[in-house]
Amino acid sequence: MAFKFKGGVHPDYRKSPEVPVTVMTPPKQVVIPMAQHIGAPCTPLVKKGDTVKMYQKIGENSAPVSAPVHASVSGTVVAVEPRPHPLGDLIMSVVIENDYQDTPELMEPLTPAELKDPEAILRRIREAGVVGMGGAMFPTAFKISSGRGKVDTLIINGAECEPYLNGDHLTMLGHPEELLRGIELARIAQGVDKAWYGIEKNKQDAIDLLNSLDPAKYGVEIVPEEEKYPQGGEKMQIKTITGREVKPGGLPAGVGCCVISTRTAYAIYQACYEGKSVVERIVTVDGSAIGAPVNALTRVGTSLAYIAEQCGGFVRTPRKIVLGGPMMGICATTLEAVTVKGTAGVLFFTEDEDRTVEEPVCIRCGKCINVCPMRLEPTYMYQYYKKRNFEMLEKYHVTDCIECGSCTFRCPARMPLTHAFKTAKLMLQARAAKEKAKAEAAAKEAAK
Amino acid sequence: MNEKKERMIFDVTYQPQVRTVRDTQRIMLDVIIATIPIVGFGVYRFGWHVLLLVLSSMAAAVFFEWAYRRLLKKSISIDDLSAAVTGLLLVMVLPPQTPVWMAVIGDFFAIVIVKQLYGGIGKNFLNPALAGRAFLTASYSGVLTIVVIDGVTAATPLGFLKAGNPMPFTLAQSFFGAIPGSIGEISSFAILAGAAYLIARKVIRWRIPAAVIGTVFFVSLIFGHSGYGHLDWALQNVCAGGVMFTGIFMATDYSTSPVTINGQILYGIGIGLLTMLIRYFGGYAEGCSYAILIMNLCTWAIDKACHRRQFGVSRAEFAAQKKAKKEAVS
Repeated sequence: MAFKFKGGVHPDYRKSPEVPVTVMTPPKQVVIPMAQHIGAPCTPLVKKGDTVKMYQKIGENSAPVSAPVHASVSGTVVAVEPRPHPLGDLIMSVVIENDYQDTPELMEPLTPAELKDPEAILRRIREAGVVGMGGAMFPTAFKISSGRGKVDTLIINGAECEPYLNGDHLTMLGHPEELLRGIELARIAQGVDKAWYGIEKNKQDAIDLLNSLDPAKYGVEIVPEEEKYPQGGEKMQIKTITGREVKPGGLPAGVGCCVISTRTAYAIYQACYEGKSVVERIVTVDGSAIGAPVNALTRVGTSLAYIAEQCGGFVRTPRKIVLGGPMMGICATTLEAVTVKGTAGVLFFTEDEDRTVEEPVCIRCGKCINVCPMRLEPTYMYQYYKKRNFEMLEKYHVTDCIECGSCTFRCPARMPLTHAFKTAKLMLQARAAKEKAKAEAAAKEAAK
Repeated sequence: MNEKKERMIFDVTYQPQVRTVRDTQRIMLDVIIATIPIVGFGVYRFGWHVLLLVLSSMAAAVFFEWAYRRLLKKSISIDDLSAAVTGLLLVMVLPPQTPVWMAVIGDFFAIVIVKQLYGGIGKNFLNPALAGRAFLTASYSGVLTIVVIDGVTAATPLGFLKAGNPMPFTLAQSFFGAIPGSIGEISSFAILAGAAYLIARKVIRWRIPAAVIGTVFFVSLIFGHSGYGHLDWALQNVCAGGVMFTGIFMATDYSTSPVTINGQILYGIGIGLLTMLIRYFGGYAEGCSYAILIMNLCTWAIDKACHRRQFGVSRAEFAAQKKAKKEAVS
């Protein structure tokens, strides 16, 4: 199992796994957005004045691509209204006043018989609101069920190739056995005999620890991987472990693979063995505006302002707030924004991290082509983007771009490459939709 | 406290939020650093005039870039150091007796005509330093096509090879630089030291230099030359002329070389073949710089032809795609 993907970059990792996991005191108020996943947003199940318990389900949607949300503290609902979401929009949210009792409302742990039953596990995964906790937040239950019959290889992503973030690494070190049990459950739910756990070699202590627990007992094999970004990308992870390449426009299931992240596997364990829904996760708080990095077990719905305060406040004025890792994370616009299930990190950057220039000029060094893990040609794609030449953009496969940011990271001229490709993809989508509507209108006309 | 925080405004950019420290300026600085052993050896061989030539040429190139952009009210780009690199590389391919004023004229041609008129860094389609050299050799061929050391005209090794005369220089002399020639070209040893630095710093990739030097070596090894041993002839072709320097420092010029991976190899092979074509059949003893200028013109077409097989497409599918494209054209 030693396949390699081409390209990739080596950013300065700046990780701090030596900082022990602390528990962040929950804030006085948590704001739980009803959309913490890709797919249909939830409808609130509670109203103002209701008393809620920790782990209680407070939002639901019966659509297949959705995941319920749960209260991360116990207390009283003080508002059900749109609040700023990390993605920038106002999203319907439930605001809970914390009573600091953490009165739990746990689900019944699964019985030993249920722990062997794929359907029971899947129902529990859905019920507990488990989503892709690596950041994509795709509903895990749907991912697993839609891949049934096609998937022969389950891959657990433990690369954690994003700089700064330590949550996966610390979960491996802190809960290795639980993690292996969680993977076993995912494997049973998926209906495969074996799961591969890809971990970057910079986490050798975690690899050794997991191997010492006889992972084969759980049907798991640990695969040490080269330290390279984007090793944790879904397509790169599949390539590294199986040698298969996901087809352009295709899904991992198309090559018989399903990839779930470390923290997701742990959430599955918690849901099935402890009856806990997803209400907290390890969040790495770092960046030059913060004095020292913190790896804190943080409740979902904690505001960024509160996190900054708990981490000792700003030592310098932040210029940018990044949610997630710095390579693929998004910028928050306000300190009122809250963490969600997929928030693995909160980074407060000052101008030190800012390397943009006013007038970037491509020098044609071709480094973007060398580092592109999808083997695309970013420099030419950018030129066609500038000319709005959609035909050529398609010909250069801009739609295959996974937006990993490697080209932009490596670009010495500081070109806004990834940004351009994201925009180009949206433009192409809009164009396709327009053309489709046109064709439909024409067909209707013809039918008349 | 809340009031103060609400007034905080944050930057919002698309990912990634971090970038490497190595920017254009650092890359150009690396090129300058890589030429230190070469310039040093030039000074040792030909005297302090070389250093004067290098510094004044760099200063002139920077001045022309600044003045052009100032006059046309464009953003000043001299801090990316690319103009300094052009001025430096131009001197490297000139003979040691070149007067300073001549280098300055070359700088003017390289910076203003070749580089800035086409939009500046990244946009020029000819290598500015080599185009500057071609311009100077055409204009002052009497001064620049010979090499004068200590007031005496010396025949270059390639001159001997061209004429088919017995070679007075051993291979070691050619490799370490005890031969007459242009300032930057004589010591393959110093050039390789610079190349090692550039490759270690990932400023250049091995592909183009390897393709250029490899092609020159194998073509001369196969075809040989009467009066010389095949291997001897091949090694002299690689070490004694401009192949080593131009193949490493000039052919890898970002703006004027292909960016695609297969394209770079094709481009390097093209330079090697053209160099040997000129050396075997052309009027010049040297041929590398013209070979590069010709291949510069093919760069865009090469990049177009060497489209990469993207992730998820098998070799068979890629071949089918290409075939379908061909059929669509015909």
